[in-house]
Amino acid sequence: MDLTHSSHTHKESFITKYIFSTDHKMIAKQFMITGFTMGFIGIIMSVLFRLQLGWPGEKFLINELLLGSWANGGVIAPDKYLALVTMHGTIMVFFMLTAGLSGTFSNLLIPLQIGARDMASGFMNMLSYWIFFVSCIVMLVSLGVEGGAASAGWTIYPPLSALPEAIPGSGLGMTLWLISMALFITSSLIGSLNYIVTIINLRTKGMTFSRLPLTIWSFLVTAILGVLSFPVLLSAVLLLVFDRSFGTSFYLSDIFIGGQALERFGGSPILFEHLFWFLGHPEVYIVLLPSLGITSEIVSTMSRKPIFGYKFMVGSILAIGGLSFIVWGHHMFVTGMNPFLGAVFTITTLLIAIPSAIKVFNYLTTLWRGNIIFSPAMLFSIGLISTFITGGLTGLILGDATLDINVHDTYFVVGHFHIVMGLSAVFGTFAGVYHWFPKMFGKMMNNTWGQVHFWITIVTAYGVFFPMHFLGLAGVPRRYYTNSSFPMFDDFINLNEIISIFAILAFLGQLIFLFNFLYSIYKGKKASQNPWNSNTLEWTTPVEHIHGNWPNDIPEVHRWPYDYNKPGYEEFIPQNVPLKKGETDSGAH
Amino acid sequence: MLLLSAFAFILILFLVTFIYLKGGEFKEMFKVDPDDLTFNEQENKTQGWLFAAFGIAFFLFIVFLMLKWGGSILPEAASVHGEEYDSLMLITGIIIVTVFIITHVLLFLFVYKYAFNKNRKPAFFTHNLKLEILWTALPSMVLVLLISVGLYNWNSIMKPLGDKDDKVLIELYAKQFDWTARYAGADGKLGRASVHLINGGNFLGIDTTDVVAFDDKIVKNEFHIPVNKPVQFVFRAQDVMHSAFMPHFRAQMNCVPGLKTQFNFTPKYTTQEMRRITKNPDFDYMLLCNKICGTAHFAMKMKIVVESEEDFNTWLASNQSFKQ
Repeated sequence: MDLTHSSHTHKESFITKYIFSTDHKMIAKQFMITGFTMGFIGIIMSVLFRLQLGWPGEKFLINELLLGSWANGGVIAPDKYLALVTMHGTIMVFFMLTAGLSGTFSNLLIPLQIGARDMASGFMNMLSYWIFFVSCIVMLVSLGVEGGAASAGWTIYPPLSALPEAIPGSGLGMTLWLISMALFITSSLIGSLNYIVTIINLRTKGMTFSRLPLTIWSFLVTAILGVLSFPVLLSAVLLLVFDRSFGTSFYLSDIFIGGQALERFGGSPILFEHLFWFLGHPEVYIVLLPSLGITSEIVSTMSRKPIFGYKFMVGSILAIGGLSFIVWGHHMFVTGMNPFLGAVFTITTLLIAIPSAIKVFNYLTTLWRGNIIFSPAMLFSIGLISTFITGGLTGLILGDATLDINVHDTYFVVGHFHIVMGLSAVFGTFAGVYHWFPKMFGKMMNNTWGQVHFWITIVTAYGVFFPMHFLGLAGVPRRYYTNSSFPMFDDFINLNEIISIFAILAFLGQLIFLFNFLYSIYKGKKASQNPWNSNTLEWTTPVEHIHGNWPNDIPEVHRWPYDYNKPGYEEFIPQNVPLKKGETDSGAH
Repeated sequence: MLLLSAFAFILILFLVTFIYLKGGEFKEMFKVDPDDLTFNEQENKTQGWLFAAFGIAFFLFIVFLMLKWGGSILPEAASVHGEEYDSLMLITGIIIVTVFIITHVLLFLFVYKYAFNKNRKPAFFTHNLKLEILWTALPSMVLVLLISVGLYNWNSIMKPLGDKDDKVLIELYAKQFDWTARYAGADGKLGRASVHLINGGNFLGIDTTDVVAFDDKIVKNEFHIPVNKPVQFVFRAQDVMHSAFMPHFRAQMNCVPGLKTQFNFTPKYTTQEMRRITKNPDFDYMLLCNKICGTAHFAMKMKIVVESEEDFNTWLASNQSFKQ
């Protein structure tokens, strides 16, 4: 494919440059700004429902101010509390950590790191963003409709999500949720196909698969997971639309509600759970893998040392990706699914611990005898290693069918997945932003405020989620508006207050990031071409963005991306530097 | 709720304008020299120190949580299979804590020790097959242990009781937002029921033509079970999914409309005995709803009383049969 014509400079209007852009670097920024805005809304929601959990029934002016009729008198209504947790989950998992993370960094880094002038299809890329944008708008509009937003939990299990009689949020709010999600899936599919095609076809000369940076490997596997699993969610969503609007019974059977038995026979909510989690579990890795890729890159660069065990790192990404398709049943151990299946899913689930352990040990070995520079990106990467360990380990309890019986759907789960997937993915996102900010905006973010942001974030994040394991071991269920109906949970009143205080502080900490981010775009110090002395190809492009990325020929690749402090050579050797006489490519072992 | 989104947008807009207009004044606060990678080595060291300090603080925080709230977690299991559950939890817990401590000590130690030093030449250590096989094999062996014990327990816990076994058969019926228990009665069998037969007072939809149903006993608010005798639960849901969660017995099963699910356990301690064990004279076993089911999900509960078999029989006899 000849893409060289796009490197010609031509005048662009505001609209083609900033709005309907087909340039992957601009689309990356669009995904980032939109995704982060959604994430910001998501975190505000969490602060509001944490107010209710920390001080149940207490009046808060801010509730009335922000939530209006959802919190008459300053106390969130019980069904609106459920709407808040539902929308928080939906927004964070899909809009912030799927689109905001993959959309941003896959778009920015794939062409730049593999040496391509743009994505395989710039138009599809633009389409992917704009469909995502519309889905965001639909989701936000659903917050304002009669009956409130979807309230059946982010997993929207029917019949609760199918019947407006069951909860007010299952009316128009749920309809809009489903429409938004269908759009979102479309956007994600178009984007993922583009990523896969680009990585396979548009690598520059010499960029073999064994020389791909680990970021690209993780984006590739993420995109494949998305393409294979999101359509299943789309089918689940469409069948639910049928059940809701056209009287079918895919998920409904033997229901008596609103004073009458419904004429629905033969369906099963368990079917929905299978379809949902067939996406839902790979989704966890769609969220997590890009972060692991980003941190692998940063940990190596900022330790000034090659990543340890490149091939095992690639192998474990592939293994995690493959296994993620055959573990969905561990979300359903106590649904009444055949116990034999529970046994099978226990085995497959616990196997994921092996590639995860390899990744952790390889990270540790990479740090060992390195020369660590604590840029904010590096701080967040180290934070990710910690959260990945902490959250991953409790997975051994939840993945074991026997142990899951008593912690299923308790705060133990909330603590576990927020640490292993929420925090890890968020830390990876922040690491990526700090690290590639100079590439995106040609400016540097402030180092000191980045460090302050990191320390506030890791302390408050653990302060919020670590104590939740204790709540879970005491049997406190998730999605409870208040625990006051059960005297057995009274011991935890103070702990819930502490968690809520940490949550508020965590939110305030993110304002530092927001400020630093926006400030640096306008007033940050100008970045040099390769501020981190990194080896990957994106740093061979000029600081000022141009169409086609490289003003002249695309560089040719001669080595793997991790030649830091190679004995007898320069401190770092970018991938486009030819091998010296007698030098071997250290990646080719 | 639209207000919330509007608020977020406005806040961002406000910040953008503010920074754009007032940017110069913040310049002082934001002084750095990013081009300079050799930067301030001392400042970099401080970050290493902070990690070491954070590591220690993190462990202290965990110890604090354990001392303060470790005693508030569930007491020892009140069911026979719960003993296996608790010991598996203990084994897993020990493994988790060990790995957690080792990896975190290494992480914070390396980060602290290998903070940038311009005299150090980092190792060029790209791979080592032996090491990597070691840490593939080690977790694999631990997992084989965990999986085997886990599956052995899972299969024995999930095995339904046979028709001939001496047991108490109870149907737990879930609807928004309360529980009802139905005892099989003298014949040991539950009568047919369907939500399509719900009609006025017959709120469980019991088939009034089924003779097996006549001696069934329906109770609300609290239900009793005998100690040391297997109890077979069957679950039904009327409207949406619910989950019958009896944490003290290490028992949980979803209640799914259109599907009958089941779980069985043998209670080990009576309510009185558990009050002594927990040193809490007000202790009661509880049945909670643990699957989001609507507005009052958080208040959907039923008290469970475990008592001697004689007391249980007396209590059951005092309840009316469905059709006498």
